[in-house]
Amino acid sequence: MLKQTEGSHAVAEAVALCRPEVICAYPISPQTHIVEGLGEMVKAGEVANCEFINVESEFAAMSVAIGSSAAGARTYTATASQGLLFMVEAVYNASGLGLPIVMTVANRAIGAPINIWNDHSDSLSQRDCGWIQLFAETNQEALDLHIQAFKLAEEVSLPVMVCMDGFILTHAYERVDVPSQEQVDAFLPPYEPRQVLDPKEPVSIGAMVGPEAFSEVRYLAHAKQMQALERIPQLAEQFKAVFGRDSGGLTHAYRIDDAETVVVAMGSVLGTIKDTVDEMRQAGDRIGVLGITSYRPFPLDSVRAALQNAQRVVVLEKSLAVGIGGILSTDVRMAMSGLQLHGHTVVAGLGGRAITRKSLRALFTKALRGELGHLTFLDLDWNVVNKQLERERATRRSGPAAESMLRDIGVVAARIG
Amino acid sequence: MSFQPVHFYQTGTFTVGNRLLAPEERSVQAHVERTNSLNSGHRACQGCGEALGARYAIDAAMNAARGRLIAANATGCLEVFSTPYPETSWQIPWIHSLFGNTAAIGTGIAAAIKVKRQKGQMGDVRVVAQGGDGGTTDIGFGCLSGMFERNDDVLYICYDNGGYMNTGVQRSSATPPAARTATTMPVGPEPGNAFGQGKFVPAIAMAHEIPYVATATVADLRDLEYKVTKAMGIRGARYIHILVPCPLGWGAASQDTIRLARLAKETGIFPVFEAEHGEVTGVLKIRRPQPVEEYLKLQKRYAHLFGKKPAVETIARLQAAADKNIRKYGLLDQEAN
Repeated sequence: MLKQTEGSHAVAEAVALCRPEVICAYPISPQTHIVEGLGEMVKAGEVANCEFINVESEFAAMSVAIGSSAAGARTYTATASQGLLFMVEAVYNASGLGLPIVMTVANRAIGAPINIWNDHSDSLSQRDCGWIQLFAETNQEALDLHIQAFKLAEEVSLPVMVCMDGFILTHAYERVDVPSQEQVDAFLPPYEPRQVLDPKEPVSIGAMVGPEAFSEVRYLAHAKQMQALERIPQLAEQFKAVFGRDSGGLTHAYRIDDAETVVVAMGSVLGTIKDTVDEMRQAGDRIGVLGITSYRPFPLDSVRAALQNAQRVVVLEKSLAVGIGGILSTDVRMAMSGLQLHGHTVVAGLGGRAITRKSLRALFTKALRGELGHLTFLDLDWNVVNKQLERERATRRSGPAAESMLRDIGVVAARIG
Repeated sequence: MSFQPVHFYQTGTFTVGNRLLAPEERSVQAHVERTNSLNSGHRACQGCGEALGARYAIDAAMNAARGRLIAANATGCLEVFSTPYPETSWQIPWIHSLFGNTAAIGTGIAAAIKVKRQKGQMGDVRVVAQGGDGGTTDIGFGCLSGMFERNDDVLYICYDNGGYMNTGVQRSSATPPAARTATTMPVGPEPGNAFGQGKFVPAIAMAHEIPYVATATVADLRDLEYKVTKAMGIRGARYIHILVPCPLGWGAASQDTIRLARLAKETGIFPVFEAEHGEVTGVLKIRRPQPVEEYLKLQKRYAHLFGKKPAVETIARLQAAADKNIRKYGLLDQEAN
């Protein structure tokens, strides 16, 4: 059914259609509307046989999820930013125990300085935690990926994060097609756990594993992600057969067949990039886009195939690996191993900084001309940075840096233009 | 309180002879069909109070739940000594997740059970979450308080041996004042653990006004069984705090575990009581009052108090704390005075 609705609510409806049995909720922007929506649906009796638990922290949210999933219940939670970091120990535990929890991450920056707006620092900080990470480009895809996520998680017994851009997607009202219960039931069978706490068949779960088997257990986690790598495109096909649209998969390629320059990115910024590419294509530039949907497992082969005929790759990422540059870029570089390509990392959109078509067009034009460096910070205000560096050179007690820089900018406003 | 201790003085010991009791009054451990939930062969130290407490507590819980019980276990001695895989001592469904989240794991299991019961996919299965004092009073405290506040249907059992024994006897917030640990060495002007404000979690549990809170020791295992059984008859959040002497961490002889637990109770250092909805409903009275020295001097962790120059002031402060417990909880019968 077509609906004009908020991204968060679309996700809440999708999760409700998946017949969750336990939902753990702890508020953190910009994820809150999702659990608010679910809480209301559960309380109103629209989601049958579901426990909605208001916990006291994100650490508890993931821990309650571990308990309920281990006891055989289909379990969901959502978080973002500091919340994800606060639950990290339990995040690793959930994947280590092989529990198919599904969690929305409404991607948001990590402080300090505290910032509630969108970038990908939070879930990318959990790159190696063993969870599958799927990135939605649109609200429709966010909705669809949740339905696919439960099926994928339960098939391979691994938890899945569905990552969607905070505010840009979560708070955006747009048209989505909300599937029927029959469609979702046809796609997603009831959860059949591989391991479960059951008095009829008592097992011990979570014993200590020493050097004699730890490598093997960890390898198995990798092997399961490799299984997921095969299953993700198949599930996208099955999804298309039931729901009639393309959603998910490993990557989305756009106008790359004859592209000399390929831009690689994740999430909602792909829309802006595609618009920019369309403009540049009209001007005769051979440029295309590769969207990464599956960040973990990372589709090395699929990325490599997409870049095979290109001469230049621009990885535009909403994250920063301090001390080297890119996080996504590092993975793309692995995929490019052996290919003779010029590679560029562009760090953009940190803490909600808008990524405009104008800036992108200037950036890509520079790249096409061979003038782009290895690492670029899009739209960085060098005046502010240099002023602060000068202040620190001149004065030992130069004070808190972020606050000084805000004073230099002089306006209390997000720089969103 | 409804539990009446039965005394058989004629034997000269505190042992309650099961053969002298009616069958229904006999210990769970005396039943041939006891479940041995924590089976023999585990790797606890000789004289481990925690292993003893866990065995009695979980078997009593299993008995009350008619064998339908799931346990969540915090990281710590109990977890490590019971599951050196491929061996496990647990005869019941058991999960270990992390050090600080055991109460929340219990909440999750209870939620799953509730839904499965609604769907007719599961019978009435009960949940116990358990951990040491570090996993309960320190790192797991947030999750514990959350579980209490929501009144989740979980029985949480804390085995309190007054420190982080699994990591090599470091101080926890349950470590008593003046006690030596690896991080509160008996050196300097105030040797041993500092006299803080204390953090008596049973009282904090009572402040949540949960349906049932109790303390117990491994000296009175019948009382422990009674309290676990009573707790299992109640729905909602329940908390039992068991004092379990640790020969290793306390520097005590293995054969003194029960004796120390009894002295902790008889000196008033550890008040044994039960409470419902935030109000004390019963206490186990002190039978033969003892000065705290009798308890302290058996333990090397207090050895610095009894050198050539006994630390009389410190001992007096410990005695004052015990006397306060005696007043506060009414641990002495008037007649006994």
